[in-house]
Amino acid sequence: MRSNLGFFSDEKFRSIFFQTLVVGLFALGLFFVITTTSYNLEKRNIATGWSFLQNPAGFDISFSPFLEFKSTDTHLKVYFVGVLNTLLVSITGCIAATILGFILGIIRLSSNWLLSRLVYIYVEFSRNVPLLLQIILWYSILIQLPRVKQSLQVLDVFYISNRGLYSPRPIFESGFSYVSIAIVLALISSFLINRWAKKRQDKTGQQFPVFSSSIGLIFIVPLILFFILGSPLSFEHPELKGFNFKGGLVIRPEFIAMFLALSIYTAAFISEIVRAGIMSVSKGQREASAAIGLKQTWIMRLIIIPQALRVIVPPLTSQYLNLTKNSSLGIAVGYADLVHGFGGISLNQTGQAIECMAIVMATYLSISLTISFFMNIYNRSIQFKEK
Amino acid sequence: MNEMNAVRKPPVATTGIIGWLRINLFFNWTNSLITLFVVYCLYQFIPWILDWTIFSADFKYNYLGEQITNQEMCSRNLDPENGGACWAVIYVRFYQFIYGFYPKVEVWRVNLAYIMLAFALLPLLYAKLPYRKYFLYFTYIFPVIAYFLLNGGLGFTEVSTNKWGGLLVTLVLGCTGIALAFPIGIMLALGRRSKLPVISMMCTLFIEFIRGVPLITLLFFGMVMLPLFLPEGIDMDGLVRVLVAVTLFQSAYMAEVIRGGLQAIPPGQYEAAKSLGMSYWRMNLLIILPQAIRISIPPIVNTSIGLFKDTTLVIIVGILDLLGIGRGTLADTNWLGLSYEIYFFVSLVFFIFTFGMSRYSLYLEKKLKTGINMGAD
Repeated sequence: MRSNLGFFSDEKFRSIFFQTLVVGLFALGLFFVITTTSYNLEKRNIATGWSFLQNPAGFDISFSPFLEFKSTDTHLKVYFVGVLNTLLVSITGCIAATILGFILGIIRLSSNWLLSRLVYIYVEFSRNVPLLLQIILWYSILIQLPRVKQSLQVLDVFYISNRGLYSPRPIFESGFSYVSIAIVLALISSFLINRWAKKRQDKTGQQFPVFSSSIGLIFIVPLILFFILGSPLSFEHPELKGFNFKGGLVIRPEFIAMFLALSIYTAAFISEIVRAGIMSVSKGQREASAAIGLKQTWIMRLIIIPQALRVIVPPLTSQYLNLTKNSSLGIAVGYADLVHGFGGISLNQTGQAIECMAIVMATYLSISLTISFFMNIYNRSIQFKEK
Repeated sequence: MNEMNAVRKPPVATTGIIGWLRINLFFNWTNSLITLFVVYCLYQFIPWILDWTIFSADFKYNYLGEQITNQEMCSRNLDPENGGACWAVIYVRFYQFIYGFYPKVEVWRVNLAYIMLAFALLPLLYAKLPYRKYFLYFTYIFPVIAYFLLNGGLGFTEVSTNKWGGLLVTLVLGCTGIALAFPIGIMLALGRRSKLPVISMMCTLFIEFIRGVPLITLLFFGMVMLPLFLPEGIDMDGLVRVLVAVTLFQSAYMAEVIRGGLQAIPPGQYEAAKSLGMSYWRMNLLIILPQAIRISIPPIVNTSIGLFKDTTLVIIVGILDLLGIGRGTLADTNWLGLSYEIYFFVSLVFFIFTFGMSRYSLYLEKKLKTGINMGAD
């Protein structure tokens, strides 16, 4: 039947034919887009190229906690400020969402009906209302806080007003670097102790107080060093001058709104993932560990969570990716992240739409790939190892 | 003898309401303390929220009995001590929330489209609908009818899309995005699993690229870059540009969901189809896809919920959907400061749609679990 098609019925020929056809059509489309685009750009007097990155930006960025930013700085610096702000809200958001999500996921499985129902209501509400709406809602609550003059005072050092949260800024003096070195060394050594203790327990069955020794190393040793060096740390308190605070550390309402909305929204999804993960561990595991006399808290820590993590981590990774991508919604409340600062204001001022969007998309792609890369390594480390 | 064998009732404390309360709320003393604490918090919170939203709230008239036309007449602004929510803003602006700036004379067309949408969705939602086949024909031609009905043409007066707004835009974006992304997603999923390396690579690159960038950058792409890519004279409508971005975005996610379904089909199905001499397309259309789509319907609904929520992002590029109308109302000096009422209302509308969809997906999941038995062994 097929033979009358001749060489076309040959699978190899067809495969090459179709692939060449697709590549050809794609190249044709690309050629068409490039020629029309260059024609359009020429007509609108937009020069292509990357030189605009060196031009002064000419606008201010209100929230730039890591880099000092002036309006005479370049667009390239706008980009770096944007990347840092995106990373800041994504990382803090991921940490908060994970903690909140795990707590809520475990509470959701609690035997207390009222408590688990309450978490259920929270989960349904926060994941069925658009995130953008939640961000805007949080922002509108925060800017309705009292004005600076009537700002709420917490513990005499924090001031909460519609301009944000003012707190003392730590000033590190010369000796403080030794303390931070001590903390890093303590972290490394407690990690090594942990590994050594695990190996020894596997071999001999003897246990070592890893937790308390790590606490001692990480907190007490640097603290002693801190006092020996004469407390090389002071705080600059915010002071009310005129209509605003001077000095101190300020966290803007845009950041707080983004942080709250992102972490609360994502925590709802994470709590469902955690719940599914814990429920995936078979009942026999719990019963068996109870039968050998483990305490309730130990059963959770040593038996249930390690097995549940295998189910939890892959969807958790995609939640982290979502949160990072969702941080781009900062534009709605004027949080100067990558999309708002560089992809929004810089793009409008320079008119270099293609270059700006390409940089923004490439940056998000690299952030996403980095997160998946590290989470995949972590995922591999917790998967079941066959001996 | 009789007395000993008589069936004795279980202890009172383990059955009925008392037993339920004991097991679920007062199992031990920590549990009881938590219960009491939660009850106390609810006792404080619920009366307050009910009072604010219902009992002290204005719906159309303020507490003086006057019809509210601006925020100064709201009870909560006249009497801050006792006033609750001022829902009058929703009442006054209801038309805009539902239809945007659609001309009032032509509004029956939108209403008709809403009703027809419900009928078009019926056969998709209920597999056991009587005369489902005929309903499905209607579903297929509905997009064409809706286009002419809403946009104009064929004797209807033209209504430019910049007059559309509110729920209308939200539903148009959501439904069109989902409906268009479905076939594109299937093609991408098949392409990614294709044995032809070039096609598989191109589909994979496209899917991973779209999934790696935020929707907002795609919307910017549609708004700022798409006009540059097109030859002169072709002027794309703002709503269409956004729709292109939304569809591209959704089709990548749809593709991944359908790929999941394709992976769950046991290889025996492919082998059996091939041994009957079916071609690639016949095999996929008649054997593989019907099964794959059937098991991936719950995740398809879930990504559709995500898209429905994400349609709110279009306000950033200046399209007035439900949230956009809400923000526009807040910018009006007549309704300044009523942000809680407006955001509450908009959230509620979204919640009704998305919660309904998520319940539906749960129902389907349950039905699938009992209904079919995939992969014999």
